[in-house]
Order: sequence, then structure tokens, then C-alpha cells
Amino acid sequence: MSDRPHPLLELTRARVLEFLREPEAVFWVFVFPVLLALALGIAFRSRPAEVARAAVVSGSEAARETAERLGRAPDVEVRLLDLPEAEEALRKGRVDVVLEVSGASPPAALVTYRFDPTRPEGRAARLAVDDALQRAGGRADAVPTADRPETERGSRYIDFLIPGLVGLNLMGSGMWGIGFSVVVARTRKLLKRFAATPMRRSHYLLSFALSRLVFLALEVAAVVGFGWLAFGVAVRGSILDLSLVSLLGAAAFAGLGLLVAARPRTIEAVSGWMNFVMLPMWLLSGTFFSYERFPETLRPAIRALPLTALNDALRAVVNDGAALSDRWPEGLVLAVWTAASFALALRIFRWK
Amino acid sequence: MEEAPPLAVRCAGLVKRFEDVVAVAGLDLEVRSGECFGLLGPNGAGKTTTVEILEGLSAPDEGDVEVLGARWGRGADRALRARLGVQLQETLLAEKLTVRETVRLFRSFYARGRDADGVIGMVGLDEKRGARVGKLSGGQKQRLALACALVGDPELLFLDEPTTGLDPQARLKVWEIVAEFRSRGGTVLLTTHAMEEAERLCDRVAVMDHGRRIALGTPADLVASLGADQIVEIEADGELDGASLGRLPGVRSVSPRPRGFMLAVGDIGSGLPALLAEVGARGARLESLRTHQATLEDVFVHLTGRELRDV
Repeated sequence: MSDRPHPLLELTRARVLEFLREPEAVFWVFVFPVLLALALGIAFRSRPAEVARAAVVSGSEAARETAERLGRAPDVEVRLLDLPEAEEALRKGRVDVVLEVSGASPPAALVTYRFDPTRPEGRAARLAVDDALQRAGGRADAVPTADRPETERGSRYIDFLIPGLVGLNLMGSGMWGIGFSVVVARTRKLLKRFAATPMRRSHYLLSFALSRLVFLALEVAAVVGFGWLAFGVAVRGSILDLSLVSLLGAAAFAGLGLLVAARPRTIEAVSGWMNFVMLPMWLLSGTFFSYERFPETLRPAIRALPLTALNDALRAVVNDGAALSDRWPEGLVLAVWTAASFALALRIFRWK
Repeated sequence: MEEAPPLAVRCAGLVKRFEDVVAVAGLDLEVRSGECFGLLGPNGAGKTTTVEILEGLSAPDEGDVEVLGARWGRGADRALRARLGVQLQETLLAEKLTVRETVRLFRSFYARGRDADGVIGMVGLDEKRGARVGKLSGGQKQRLALACALVGDPELLFLDEPTTGLDPQARLKVWEIVAEFRSRGGTVLLTTHAMEEAERLCDRVAVMDHGRRIALGTPADLVASLGADQIVEIEADGELDGASLGRLPGVRSVSPRPRGFMLAVGDIGSGLPALLAEVGARGARLESLRTHQATLEDVFVHLTGRELRDV
């Protein structure tokens, strides 16, 4: 009977069907990352340029006149408050700087700035207010300058975040999806039953990787598509390079998932191992903030982690429009993780 | 050139230890091609361990195993597995797959085998073809496990406790499936602790206890070895003496029971009146008296002094 379906295809098909029939898994793989991107995108959205909030302590003609002069400056928001009100506003962060004016009307008055020098807003407000007052008093610029604001897409936090979330999601769905299924099959003695058939054992392990490929496109598209629609995060590189990078990443985490699930006999044990493996990458691999913040000596080790390699390659393609061929070191890191983890998993896999 | 093996399974001096427990303690077995062979014994007798060694799922500590003329671990394990059908004790197949998807999956592992739908029909799950495995009853799940074992068209079928926990009707259905497999010339090795099952299905049985074989033969021979047609269980209020019961006409053996005696009786016609006369003569009052045809259960009790089911 030559029309028999290929065992690898049948195993993969079974994996895909089982996944689709598990509503919780579908939620964690497709809906959760989008919700996460939404929450983080809102929290770290780019705000309009800040204005300096200043309070002038009322009580004299000089104070009233100072406030009036400041009110004409475009980047200063000013109000007149009596001393206790002004102090309270400064304490509670409603204003960034308080001005006490003594003496005659400006420019003959003495202005004292009260602000918290440890707060960037306080320092910025002091500079803006001082600049406005000095100009109003007739100071001329010694050096001519001009501003050109850079609020271009591609350099915002959300642009940094979206490729990281794609990487994080590929890690999470690969590891949990595979780890749980394998250990559940082991506790139910299904692995032993398969081992009693002439099934090739490598086919069983490969079917997990293949079934991940089926969902890969959807998984990546969900996050990237959401980032594009909601926040205008554009993919500057080619879709083909994005797909190839995702493929390499998914393969590496499929291998790692199988490796972690190769021995444990219980769900509790495999969960512990999963967290042990994934937590360092959550923190170190530059998903939410750049790993450049870690000391130089640690960085080679951090770059050798599969999630770091995947995030770097994804960012290069999505944000910088790089081609995968430019990022071959990351590709190599992922390929080595894939090959090594599959080979080791197959060797140490517990079928009983 | 090797000759075709006359034996489907041969093992000699099989020993398997788990930490400090000896699960199998020097077992010899021969299963002939085409027969249905039963491993009979209480839980913990070493039946499952033995079968898993024969299936190539675990390695023995000592001893020699030959299955269908081949040995495990000689580089041809996959070829050997292709000729075996296996039903493990308590395998839980994937709940989210349907009956048909499950059998198709198992079919794909075998280079040659039977049509998936045909096997589903054979085990009587035609109407459940599209049902999820998780929704099946215990008996239906067991039949599905049999379908997965049969779909590779095996020469030798291993069944580990195929009907444990099933209701009588479901059990009957499983027996029919096994009978159908045998009618095609297949060999069966099954384990059970149900006497009735062994008597019904098996050509020969080996009785196992504490990892050893304590009896071997056809069910009829083993029962006949008791030398008795009938078993009489008697409970009486008063003094009865085992030795004098043993001297009664037609009584072959006497074993003490918690509240009386169990007698193996060759000729119930002369044995029973003599027994009642003895009870009367001793001034004891009869509380209960049961007789039944001797079975394998009685053989086990006779050999071990224990009941098979509640060990």
C-alpha cells in the first residue's frame, strides 16, 4: 500500500490538530502577545513636547510683571500663586519650578529659582524659564542656532519593542507548546506506546518543529500586523528576511523546548525547567530594554543566548531594513542552538 | 540459512530488578506460533514487566529473549516492531484527536498494514469514527487501543490486561476481536488476572507469582491437575477436622479457609453425602455450603493458598 501517508506528515498533522483544539493554547500564542504589545505601546507612547510648568510667587508688582513676560514664551506655562500654594504645587509635582521675585520691576528685579535639581523636569524647566526671562530682558544670542525636531518613526520605544515581542513570543510558544505536550504524552504513557511501534523517533521530535512552522507565520503576523496597524511600526527589511529570521528562531526554541522536556516525568518538573531556561532570557536578551545596559564583560555571553540573537536579527530586519545575509552571526548562533539541542534531545529523550 | 522459527516467543532465565525489588526472578517461557498464550497471576506478579521486556521496551538484567526469531538491540528493532502489535496497560491516547485520526496516525508508522477504516470497523467503532478520543467510554477506548495494535497487521499481538475494568459486554466485544485476529493465524500473548478470560481465550497459560512461573499448561490440564471436578466450600459452627475430612470418600485435597475448609472433590455423588454425615457426626451446625466446577482460580488458590483477585 503505497498511498500510506508519510509518518512525519501524520505526526505533524496530529500536533497541529491537537493545538487548534486547545483554546487556552491559542489564546497564549496569538492573543496574549497582542494584548501585551497594546499595553506596553500605550504605557510608553510618545508624548507631545513637554512645556515647562512654572509658578511665580504673587504679592508684588514685580512678580505680576515677571509672570506676564513669561506667559508670552511659547514653551512655558505659568501661573501666579501665593507662597504656600506655590510650595505645595512644587512638592506635588504640579509645577516644575517656582520663581520668587524681589526688588523692583524687571529687569531690575532679582529672580530666585526653586526646583529639585535631581528631577530632569526641574532642571529643564529652570533652563527654559531662565532663557525666556533673559530674552525678554533683551539678551541676544552669541551664536546663531537652529532646531530640527526628530520624531521619525523607527526610533520610538514601540519600534524597539515590537520585534522584541515577536522574539519573546516565538520563545514562549515554542518552549511551552512543546514542553507541555511532550510531558503530558509521557505521563499518559503515550510516548511508550509510540516507542512500541516502528515509528522513527526522530520523526516524533521533528513533527514538533514542523507543527511550529505551521503557526509561525500567523504568530509573527499577529504581532507585526498589530504593531503596524496600531502604532505604525513598519517593517523596513523584506518580508522574506523577516520570515527566515523567524524560522531560525522558531527552530532554535523548538529544539530547546524538546531538550527541556526530554527527561522530566511531571508537569511541575518541566515547568520549573522552562522557567529556569527562559527567565534569564526574559531579563538579559533585550526584549524590553537594551542589553547594552549590562556590563561589557557580560555582553558576549548575552549575545550567545538564542533570544538575544533572534531579537537582534529581528530588529535589524524590522527597524534597520537589514538583510539576513548581513546578520549571519545571529543566524549562526540560532542554527547552532537548533542543531545542538535537537541532537542532544534525541539522545537523552525518555520514552517511558 | 535460518529455519522459520517454530516459536513466536522464547525466553530463558529472565531476571529484572527494580532497585531492591526483583520483579521477574528467572522466568522461562515459550509461546508457539498461532497460539494464544496467557500470563496469569495477581497484580505485582511480574506480568507487565515480562511483557514489556518481550516488547523491547525495557531490557532484562539477565536472560535471553527471542521474539519471532529475532533479538532486541541487534540493529533491527524497527523491523521487529513492524511485526508486533502492542496494547499497553493504561495507555491514554491523545484526547483531542478523533478515532479516525488516531488510527490513521498509527497506520502511518507501518510500511505495510491494514486499512485504517477497515480496522475501525473490525473493532466496532464505525459510528465513533469522527468522535474525539476523550469522549469515548472505557470499553470504546480499549477497542481503539486494539485497533491501533492491529492496524500494522501484526504477526504477534501483546495484550496487557485487555479487559481490566470493563463491563461484561465490553469484555465480550474485546474477546471477539481477539478471536477474529487468531482466526487469521495470529499469535497472542496476553496477561490477565481474570480466570474466566484465560479459560475462554487461552490455549495455554503460565501461572505467575512473585516473578516466577508456578504452573504451565492448558487451562483444562491445570484444572485437571487438581484431580477434582467440583470444589466444595464449607463453613460450619463447631469442630471440623481437616485430616478426617481428607479421608472422606471422593475428597482429593483439603485446604483451610478463614471460616472453614475448601475441598477438592473427585466424585460429588459420594463425596457430598459423606461430608454431610461427617458434619452431623461431629455435632457441628452447617452454616454455608457451596459447590462449583473447579476453575483456574482454584488452581491458583491450591498453589499459593491465596486468592488471585485480592492479593
